[in-house]
Amino acid sequence: MEGTIGSLPLDDLADAERKALGQCQHAILGGDRPLRLDCGVDLGPYRVAYQTSGTLNAEKSNAVLICHALTGDQFVAERHPVTGKDGWWDAMVGPGKVIDPAHYYIICANVLGGCMGTTGPLASDPAGGKPWNLRFPVVTIADMVRAQAALLDHLGIADLFCVIGGSMGGMQVLEWASSFPRRVFAAVPIACAARHSAQNIAFHEVGRQAIMADPEWKGGDYRLHGTVPARGLAVARMTAHITYLSEQALQRKFGRSLQDRNALGFGFDADFQVESYLRYQGSTFVERFDANSYLYITRAMDYFDLAGAHGGVLANAFRGSPTRFCLVSFTSDWLFPTHESRDVVHALNAVAANVSFVEIESDKGHDAFLLEEPEMFRTLAGFLKGAATVRGLRGVP
Amino acid sequence: MNSAAIRVDLQLIADMVDPSTRALDVGCGDGSLLAYLVNFKQVDARGMELSQAGVNACVANGLSVIQGDADADLGDYPDDAFDYVILSQTLQATREPRKVLQQMLRVGKRAIVSFPNFAHWQVRLRMVFGGRMPETPSLPYKWYDTPNIHLCSIDDFRALCADMGVVIERAIVLDRNSKPINLPPLAANLLGEQAVFMLRRD
Repeated sequence: MEGTIGSLPLDDLADAERKALGQCQHAILGGDRPLRLDCGVDLGPYRVAYQTSGTLNAEKSNAVLICHALTGDQFVAERHPVTGKDGWWDAMVGPGKVIDPAHYYIICANVLGGCMGTTGPLASDPAGGKPWNLRFPVVTIADMVRAQAALLDHLGIADLFCVIGGSMGGMQVLEWASSFPRRVFAAVPIACAARHSAQNIAFHEVGRQAIMADPEWKGGDYRLHGTVPARGLAVARMTAHITYLSEQALQRKFGRSLQDRNALGFGFDADFQVESYLRYQGSTFVERFDANSYLYITRAMDYFDLAGAHGGVLANAFRGSPTRFCLVSFTSDWLFPTHESRDVVHALNAVAANVSFVEIESDKGHDAFLLEEPEMFRTLAGFLKGAATVRGLRGVP
Repeated sequence: MNSAAIRVDLQLIADMVDPSTRALDVGCGDGSLLAYLVNFKQVDARGMELSQAGVNACVANGLSVIQGDADADLGDYPDDAFDYVILSQTLQATREPRKVLQQMLRVGKRAIVSFPNFAHWQVRLRMVFGGRMPETPSLPYKWYDTPNIHLCSIDDFRALCADMGVVIERAIVLDRNSKPINLPPLAANLLGEQAVFMLRRD
């Protein structure tokens, strides 16, 4: 794909997107200087929907960028305008929390390709006025990060005190530190990897095939047909959700408990609580997420390979890095197991970068990074305090 | 962590480190030496620690520490990455002490090593007259649960340095109270309970 594309019209938005944009800020970027995507397409103008909290200090030295995961969005710590639920990282971000708006200027932007207001496959082609759908260019983690960097330019923020995120958010953190080392004082990649493994690509492919096998998907043009590939997207979510939990967590939570019945039903209803739970996860997901967006964002994760982008040597991605790193992994995370984080640590050591690495004992699987994990909070609070001292940020407790 | 008081042997090591340099503390434990170097000597100090609990505690105190061990993980670092690589009371617990020393002197311009002296008179007495494996304040383990698999005397260590062609810049011998004692080598090897060496490549 080549050439320049762009799209902005605010009048052709999906309902969820319209609600989201009503509750956050957005910037129109790339109007005069389009974003050169990894696939070769120039994107511009494009919209980035974002949310901020806290106050930027006079030195502009306290900005913290939070990068969200596959199905996250800019609503980190506030009530979600579509679901009405608490922010996805309520445990970590907010007054009195590790990332406290009293000390930091906190920014979180919906990723490129997303469906909460930032330009993605839902956006319209200005020429035809129709949604791009599958004609939207495939974006990468690096493209997402470039769009975030353009947002920072727009906000007049030269460098970040910290970039932090888990899972795909962690991939963005690694990309940030690699692409813009001088703009990142501290980097906290959590429960992630420098490349997507074969197993993880495989799970994503199952999810995408489920979406594309749904007759309502209509080759990606479901919005033009007034349909929603809800079943396919729900199955994709159900599959993915299993990978976010550990075997122990599933067993502890559900075991073989039956759902609203005392005996097996000898049929294919949700006999077991775990089935009912997964169906619920699937059905609520389709109310807030777009199927095509799911295809694009999972693809971006699959394409992520930081070593591959640096001659096959991961250390080359970080050579000369001035950034202070703190990596975090969880013992029961089998989606991004500890050894993936350790590979990044080895690469950072190979260039004598400043790196801390903690593995947190938890049986909650990959999702642990979103949950109440006191040891993670304790270590990250200590890391941020140490970094703040070196940065000369005042008032960080 | 901001208290200036650290163990006497760690203080001796800290005194050997010039301010505003780069140091790696291998086997940094609870991070007390690291914290001292960072807070009082403005050293860019990093740590490596075997126990994950120790690592997490260090990071929670704002120190840059990773999980790893001297045998396996020093190989990751580039040449001359640090001004000092410190190995405190850990050499005797490594699988290949000679290789560890080589790595330390590759990664660091200088190596600072402290270890218990296995030729201390108490050790000798217990071995010769007691007929039992020695247990002393600096070697408090039973033979079957000791992590110390490569114990050596001060003279053994000097011999290894000579064999490796390593320059001993400083050698401090400590008594049972971790106080430096100034003795000729033969007496030092008998009366010193532990020793701190600063080494560099020839």
